[in-house]
Amino acid sequence: MANKDIPKLNDSDFEVVGTRSDETEILAKKSISFWGEVSRRFLRNKLALVGFVTLFLIILGAIFAPMISEFSYRQQNGDYNVSPNGTYWFGTDDLGRDIFTRVWIGARISIFIGFAAAIIDLIIGVAWGAIAGLKGGRTDEIMMRIADILTAIPYLLVVIILLVVMQPGLFPMIIALSLTGWVNMARITRSEILKLKNQEYVLAARTLGAKNLHLIRKHLLPNALGAILVTMTLTIPNAIFTEAFLSYLGLGVPAPLASWGTMANDGYPALANAPWRLFFPALFISLTIFAFNSIGDGLRDALDPKLRK
Amino acid sequence: MNEPVLQMKDLHVDFSTYAGTVNAVRGVSFDVYKGETLAIVGESGSGKSVTNQAIMKLLPQPPAIYSSGEILFDGKNLLDLSEKQMEKVRGKDISMIFQDPMTSLNPTMKIGKQITEVMLKHQKISKNDAKKRALELMKMVGIPMPERRLNQYPHEFSGGMRQRVVIAIALAADPKLLIADEPTTALDVTIQAQILDVMKEIQKSSQTSIIFITHDLGVVANVADRVAVMYAGEIVEVGTVEDIFYNPQHPYTWGLLGSMPDLNEDRDQRLRTIEGSPPDLTDPPKGDAFAPRNPYAMKIDYEQNPPMFKVNDQHFAKTWRLHPDAPETEIPDIIKNRYLQYTGGDN
Amino acid sequence: MVKYIGQRLIYIIIALFIIITATFFLMRLAPGNPFASERTVPPAIQESLNEKYGLDDPWYVQYGEYLVNTVQGDFGTSMKYRYRETNDMIAEGFPISMTLGLEAMFIAVGMGVLIGTIAALFHNKWPDYLMSLIAVIGISVPSFVMASILQYYLALKAGWFPIAGWEGFIYSILPAVALASTPMAFIAKLTRSSMLEETNSEYVKMAKAKGISKWVVVFKHALRNALLPVVTYLAPLTAGIITGSFVIEEIFAIPGMGKYFVTSITNRDYTVIMGTTVFYSIILLLAVLLVDILYSFIDPRIKLRGGKSGGK
Repeated sequence: MANKDIPKLNDSDFEVVGTRSDETEILAKKSISFWGEVSRRFLRNKLALVGFVTLFLIILGAIFAPMISEFSYRQQNGDYNVSPNGTYWFGTDDLGRDIFTRVWIGARISIFIGFAAAIIDLIIGVAWGAIAGLKGGRTDEIMMRIADILTAIPYLLVVIILLVVMQPGLFPMIIALSLTGWVNMARITRSEILKLKNQEYVLAARTLGAKNLHLIRKHLLPNALGAILVTMTLTIPNAIFTEAFLSYLGLGVPAPLASWGTMANDGYPALANAPWRLFFPALFISLTIFAFNSIGDGLRDALDPKLRK
Repeated sequence: MNEPVLQMKDLHVDFSTYAGTVNAVRGVSFDVYKGETLAIVGESGSGKSVTNQAIMKLLPQPPAIYSSGEILFDGKNLLDLSEKQMEKVRGKDISMIFQDPMTSLNPTMKIGKQITEVMLKHQKISKNDAKKRALELMKMVGIPMPERRLNQYPHEFSGGMRQRVVIAIALAADPKLLIADEPTTALDVTIQAQILDVMKEIQKSSQTSIIFITHDLGVVANVADRVAVMYAGEIVEVGTVEDIFYNPQHPYTWGLLGSMPDLNEDRDQRLRTIEGSPPDLTDPPKGDAFAPRNPYAMKIDYEQNPPMFKVNDQHFAKTWRLHPDAPETEIPDIIKNRYLQYTGGDN
Repeated sequence: MVKYIGQRLIYIIIALFIIITATFFLMRLAPGNPFASERTVPPAIQESLNEKYGLDDPWYVQYGEYLVNTVQGDFGTSMKYRYRETNDMIAEGFPISMTLGLEAMFIAVGMGVLIGTIAALFHNKWPDYLMSLIAVIGISVPSFVMASILQYYLALKAGWFPIAGWEGFIYSILPAVALASTPMAFIAKLTRSSMLEETNSEYVKMAKAKGISKWVVVFKHALRNALLPVVTYLAPLTAGIITGSFVIEEIFAIPGMGKYFVTSITNRDYTVIMGTTVFYSIILLLAVLLVDILYSFIDPRIKLRGGKSGGK
């Protein structure tokens, strides 16, 4: 094992120079901030990026397309069931309305419903979960029991019943969607908080005399934020899907308002002779659900510390 | 000593990651002789686990790449074997004890099945005989009431008992070489001692060679015949336990020993730590990798990677201190004392 | 075990009680509900209605009667179609819906596990990308869109399948596939990620270190553990299949329970809505219980015991 060709060395080579701490510092892995790392990993995920761009374009279209369109969404142009052409890019429906304009108006409503439901879920769910998780004991048990019972009731059935009672409309839809939707968010917030509560740095902060509110703000929420964000991004497509689904059952927003679901519902009977009436709203529903899902998945993967190497 | 069971020659293992290629193992050579225990010590990230998983070829490829070197076992280079041929080596000729017994057993398979599985794979043996042999093994590693335990699941076992099961599995097919990757790190101290006793007992009766990977020098002193010290993907010093503990040559070995509590030492002698952190192996330093953390580092240490210098027939160290032209260098007191203690005790 | 099931049954009864109560009072709030007084029907009919449904009684009597009837398994009479009992509709529609639902579950679980396993085993190679693409499409395209597409292209255009109806196995294929597409994609994703996790776990490495060949490791060791999350998904899957069937049965004109339910919604046939809602809830709650019991058989670490639900 010994090396035969030992190099000839000078005395000066053996001069003791000691450690070079600066070198070990530089060589030690550069620390990247948590969110910097997350966004870097998110941007490396191609599917998530495609989803992000898709969503961006859809939101852009929802804002600007109706403005530049020469038709209004409720305007009846006298050309019934015209297939897509230079004037009517996505064709017209049986009342002669321009589907291109209606799809973008529908985007506004569908995305609005999605975001509204998600935000209400967020507020109720995070508050509920945080209180249950932080208080613990009896409070926790009662609060989670209530949540358990709510989830035992099939979600869509509740929404359907509520819509039957309240009469279809934009706000009844949002209320119905968020009435049971928050439970999931509450569960996730609670479990994140329980996980974090027992971690050492929180214990350390507590022994240093940190107050509850300070703990929530400085330690718990920033860490639970990831899981909450992911849940929220995955709630939105679910709400959009449910809206479309309910519209298909005739419980959607009333005419002449257009959501993608109501448009698809109107278009379905004409599938044989005017397939574009179903195709375009269906395409946009799918694209939006795809976009939110891939963003949510990308976020979750980016946040997963197990992947951090 | 007798014939080597395993010879590793200049092994290089790289990992391709998105941050660049990591040279995790950089030219490691060692022999393992029949019936001996070779301990490989080093801090985490020194490449000791990678080196040993390379023997079993268990590193997922990609990202791992066996870039060069040879691992000779039974006259065959393991790196040349196909996956099918490797399957006949794993578990039968070479087996492995994993670090964490809480995760290394399949949670949904009965213990008995997990033990007999190895025998049924490698030996011509009936299910019934395999079961009998499993009971024997369980008794041998000290699992009480093996008949009842055979039909239980891992979650019904404590950590120490699980590690005994893992050892029983590793021994099931009478391997020639046993690789134990930090087998006691995840266990309580009292359980650690029991597991070490079991392993020593087994080695005495079966003459199996053992590679014992650990970062715990106390464990090394307890089980090893020879010790190899790894740093930054290289072996920096290798020798018998006595050589390494009482006449260490590499400054990194000094650092390791200095950070080990010694009960014979004066109480007021403070533990020493090694300042700094190991080098980034995506861009290994051209000189001695330990130099930036070495208070005794010489100019040459930053310029050229030292070769292995011979101290005695079994003791080698990779440091310029041993160059014939090198001046006498100072040795920390704590190490000097050890040597004196040792020679004083002997004479 | 017995104690656990007992506790869960009590829990289910509480949940059902809440559902029954909530639907009852919500229906009273609904505009144009049968219990409202300002109805525009001839007085004679109103009177007979009142008599038939006990609408003259105070609400608590009505509620009590409703509760008793439901407990006895009598879900009431249709208000729109005379002489139609909700129970008859369930008896007629449920077997059909169940056939369709089981078929869809079979496809969803079978194909989902297969796709997910293939994707995980060829991680970051082309089969993985192909399988992931299928999963992305399955998740993104809502079932009713999928149903319309299948119906249009495979039935109407290509003529390979009947367009609608329920007269034999061939009629069930398209609706079952449409119903299964989204849950199948979810199961595929779930299986893929848990399979990846399992194949990177220590015990799989250990099994390999024993010399067990790759495929045996996958099927004997990893798959069973990887399927545990899929089993927990079975309960939401049941819910998804049931609610999904509302639209699918409508599109394919299948005379199942879903179609009755949708018709009762459009007709605002409150008694039928109430009856079917309660019935669906019972099915779902029992499905959840069944999944819990099944899970305890597959995962030896889980011991069903009484006490906290969820057991956390």
